[in-house]
Amino acid sequence: MSVRLHVWGERACFTRPEFKVERVSYDVLTPSAARGILEAIHWKPAIRWHIDRIHVLRPIRFQSIRRNEVGAKASAANARSAMKAGHTNGVGLIVEDNRQQRAATILVDVAYVIEAHFTMTAKAGAEDNAAKHASMFNRRAEAGQCFHRPCLGTREFAAEFALLKPDAPLPESSFPAEPKQIDLGWMLYDVDFANGASSRFFRARIVDGAVAVPPADSPELAT
Amino acid sequence: MNSSAAVQNRHEFVLYFDVTNGNPNGDPDAGNLPRLDPETNCGLVTDVALKRKVRNYVALARPDMPGHEIYMSEGATLNNQHKKAWSAVLPDVTKADELKKLPKEEAKSRELTRWMCANFWDIRAFGAVMTTGVNAGQVRGPVQFSFARSVEQILPLEIAITRMAATTEADAEAKGGRTMGRKHIVPYGLYRAHGYVSAPLASHAVKGTGFSTADLELLWEALCNMFDHDRSAARGEMSTRKLIVFRHASALGNAQAQSLFDRVKTFRVYQGSRHEIGSPATGNWPVARKWEDYEVTIDRDGLPETVEIIEPH
Repeated sequence: MSVRLHVWGERACFTRPEFKVERVSYDVLTPSAARGILEAIHWKPAIRWHIDRIHVLRPIRFQSIRRNEVGAKASAANARSAMKAGHTNGVGLIVEDNRQQRAATILVDVAYVIEAHFTMTAKAGAEDNAAKHASMFNRRAEAGQCFHRPCLGTREFAAEFALLKPDAPLPESSFPAEPKQIDLGWMLYDVDFANGASSRFFRARIVDGAVAVPPADSPELAT
Repeated sequence: MNSSAAVQNRHEFVLYFDVTNGNPNGDPDAGNLPRLDPETNCGLVTDVALKRKVRNYVALARPDMPGHEIYMSEGATLNNQHKKAWSAVLPDVTKADELKKLPKEEAKSRELTRWMCANFWDIRAFGAVMTTGVNAGQVRGPVQFSFARSVEQILPLEIAITRMAATTEADAEAKGGRTMGRKHIVPYGLYRAHGYVSAPLASHAVKGTGFSTADLELLWEALCNMFDHDRSAARGEMSTRKLIVFRHASALGNAQAQSLFDRVKTFRVYQGSRHEIGSPATGNWPVARKWEDYEVTIDRDGLPETVEIIEPH
């Protein structure tokens, strides 16, 4: 059961794990973020979404934004000694005293088409079948319904979405046609929660305006 | 309607607020200049700046009211709050190592998170990551803000000011007892922000934070009044001008968010004529310096019957 979903927004931040302190976004939507968007519309433990292809519809452009964030974590050692003393003095984390100003290099004006399909998982019950979940997803996406508002990487960058009918053409794209192939390097594929939440990566290339995403069991994936 | 029941309807909202001779949100990257979108020169106010004001308003408007504590308060002690949850739910757990991880039994950890949600208004609304040293889980709140953007380009001004005193004696001697400083202001800016309330994150049996209809009313109240309690030298005059709420009949929603947002339009008005923002007809008009230079319209034609427009005050 495959679906196509058009998603867009003013800003997006698909944080590169190697630059997560001062966040830097990947150039395009990652498969794991795309999966999160689909799951925000419809997901049950009986199904698992697989991303097949991500069409990039806008030129890749970045902007920087710096915000005040909470910086530190309290140490367990402090907590232990305070607990021995029987009070909570000194364990605390005072927001105003633990400021970190963090810059984020984010994408602006993004639009994608996510091509995806789902498979049934071992948790599927007798009443679950692919047609039911496909029609639920299509019905919700078409009516603009969602379980929670999908986002483009982080929650402050809300995503708008619209279902693309099976025979409908792709939305208008302003992504430059040349060069025909752009190598984006190694990109996060998804976090493998079954295996100790390890990250898996793939070699992302935009070919003719779209990133082909390998299947989850592909030998192209590296951890 | 039972006001303590979790929110069952999806909502979207459009918030208009303006600033006169003030700095709505300074950019730490640009020497505290008002935030600007460098491509359009439109002003920005981040989601976190707005959420800070909502939190401050709730803390101010509902002091000592049970369930209305603010977790991320200015000068708050986060782990003391986590501790409160632990001692309420699991008074026997005292070892730091045990506190670092969530309780093994899922039910216990859920109880802990639920306790935090029940006591802290901002956790119910915005969620919180409570994994700082002493772990109390992680929740996603139903309320979500996006960046606010000014409807037209803004012009930040730098105002130099003098102070008739110096901080140190050395300064006093060198500068004759006077120092200079600078303020950044936006002469006028009308900002528009979009927000979302995802009902399942409030009312879902497992994932819901229990954000209630009374909490939602308080959110509207905060959005309407928050700037009235955030006066400072830097902010100038800020006020909420319009709050338009779209209430869907169902939890998942009954219309696409963008189709609802598109119904709210901003126009420039001048001497009785009205044009859409950016229209060439407004090219030789004087710049907007007050709320009356704008008009906001809501297109109610063909609105699905399952979506209701509310304008809370």
